Amino acid sequence: MRCGDFKTSYAADMTIFESGTARVMLGLFFCLLFSLPFFVPGYLLDIVNRIGIAVIGAIGLNILTGFTGQISLGNAAFMAIGAFSCGYLGTKFGLPFYLCIPLAGLITAFFGMFVGIPSLRIKGLYLAMATLAAHFIVEFVVVKWESVTGGVAGLTIATPKIGSFAIDSDARLFFLIFVIAIVAVLFAKNLFRTKVGKAFIAIRDQAISAEVMGVNILKYKLLSFGISSFYVGVAGALVAYQAKIISPETFPVSVAIDYLGMIIIGGLGSILGSIYGAIFITLLPELLRMGTSSLAGSFPGMVNHLAAMKELVFGLLVIIFLIFEPSGMAARWHSIKNYWKLYPFSH
Amino acid sequence: MDVTFLLQLIINGLVVGSIYALVATGFVIIYKATSALNLAQGEFLMVGAYICLNMLSKYHLPFWQAILITFFFSAILGMLIERLILRPLIGSHLISVIMVTLGLSSILKALIQLAYGTDTIPFPEVFPSAPVQIGPIPVSQGYLYAVGCVTILVVILTAFFKYSKTGVAMRATASSQQVALSMGISVKKMFAISWAIAAIVSSVGGVLLGTIRGGIDMSLSFMGLKVLPVVILGGLDSILGAIVGGIIIGVLENLSGGFIDPLVGGGAKEVAPYIALILILMFKPYGLFGKKKIERV
Repeated sequence: MRCGDFKTSYAADMTIFESGTARVMLGLFFCLLFSLPFFVPGYLLDIVNRIGIAVIGAIGLNILTGFTGQISLGNAAFMAIGAFSCGYLGTKFGLPFYLCIPLAGLITAFFGMFVGIPSLRIKGLYLAMATLAAHFIVEFVVVKWESVTGGVAGLTIATPKIGSFAIDSDARLFFLIFVIAIVAVLFAKNLFRTKVGKAFIAIRDQAISAEVMGVNILKYKLLSFGISSFYVGVAGALVAYQAKIISPETFPVSVAIDYLGMIIIGGLGSILGSIYGAIFITLLPELLRMGTSSLAGSFPGMVNHLAAMKELVFGLLVIIFLIFEPSGMAARWHSIKNYWKLYPFSH
Repeated sequence: MDVTFLLQLIINGLVVGSIYALVATGFVIIYKATSALNLAQGEFLMVGAYICLNMLSKYHLPFWQAILITFFFSAILGMLIERLILRPLIGSHLISVIMVTLGLSSILKALIQLAYGTDTIPFPEVFPSAPVQIGPIPVSQGYLYAVGCVTILVVILTAFFKYSKTGVAMRATASSQQVALSMGISVKKMFAISWAIAAIVSSVGGVLLGTIRGGIDMSLSFMGLKVLPVVILGGLDSILGAIVGGIIIGVLENLSGGFIDPLVGGGAKEVAPYIALILILMFKPYGLFGKKKIERV
């Protein structure tokens, strides 16, 4: 019987699936996931779609913040750039969505790398402030550059189409979002098995040692900003398709804080953690809404305080996780799994 | 160019800037002593303003009693936060400290919203508002009182850090925790006092803003983010820098509000400090008075 988690080769250490069972379980999960649109009602499917988008965005942020150690408070601004460039390309040039989404990602990646240039000189909290400042500047530009972004009135997004097949319902959007999300997860998972991903981790752990070992810091920091922003831009483009009308208010600074909360609660430097965090933070307001509406009979004022309740619970959760489980839900899940794997001989 | 208009803008900038300076001082005190970046500074300001409002309009206390009670509660709040939230995180990664203060700001904002709602609540008039003429321009008396309060507070703080035993101990802690410990200074106590002072100083900013604006609402908390350009300009670990930076940013904000806003149709006033922040980080990352840390990667 198994008495621990031992690896005897590098290949075994790097493997994604630890056992055949894991493969089968993942296959079953995909079957279940892709059958969701056939029996889940529209409103719930909308939430599921938002989870899918949040997964892409959270993985993007985690690549930068969790794996490379560069703190970014500008996530919402990058999402806005992705969303507005996607909308602009779609409405002004009539490009199909399968070109708009990657182009939006590339444009955002370019901006991300631009913001990342100072990261060689400034780091840590200075970088956090610089990205926060970048957020406000992007917000200002989005409001003012009316010919491209539509200003405060917003931008109406063209319905994505393949030939004459319009992706206009939540169910159809579901397939678009989740195909991209799965590709995003697989890419990120494999990224950290390659030289590039390991260079990111080396920069996070000890930048000077990384440089001594031959990692070109500027190149890999910029690459990390680029990849991360590409993810976030794609997530922004999907937000645009889902929301159908986007305005500067779609991407306030609280969105960036929510995303940071996702990766903190899920687990910094963990792909699986980003997924857990994205699910959890997206579901949080919905769970609170259900909770308050069931209590509405006894506390009629509760419904008005939903936004404040969400903020309160979010803040409490972030603090509790940081103090008691700084590695996030992913680490907790891992230790629970290990406990049962070795049961009853675990210590 | 209209000189009166220019002077008016500069005076407004000085007043707002002196409040920025106050909040930034709180920020710098925490950063210097505990090297934690407090992104909930604006919420301290907001909470202070609401406590004072409550004392003034609900319990009808005279202003000096209300402000003392505000100080008391702010100090307790600061110390509690340090003890319960920041102390367990000592030595953890920077992102944890940043995120924990962001979480804290969510909580404080939510609590205020639950208690008072999102509407603007009128703030009782504390200072006489009749304008006085200074040269050609009328200036509200409230402004003068505000600048006066800030000046007095800065003098008190300077004296505190220079002459009082606690103040010297705090400076010792900021310069080296290990040496401070070996000299018999309780570093934990100094951390708690730093948070208490920061909360008190911010609450004064909140009360002054409340009296100047005549009403307070949730938007006061944005002041905490406005303070970031100030501390970057002045240098993160310099109180003098916070004061000079606050005034410069306040004037800059009002000037760009007066001269650039009409050209672009609004918004420049809000974004100008952040553009300044980026420029300062590029050309002078340690600010005007900050300690240079040479580190090459």
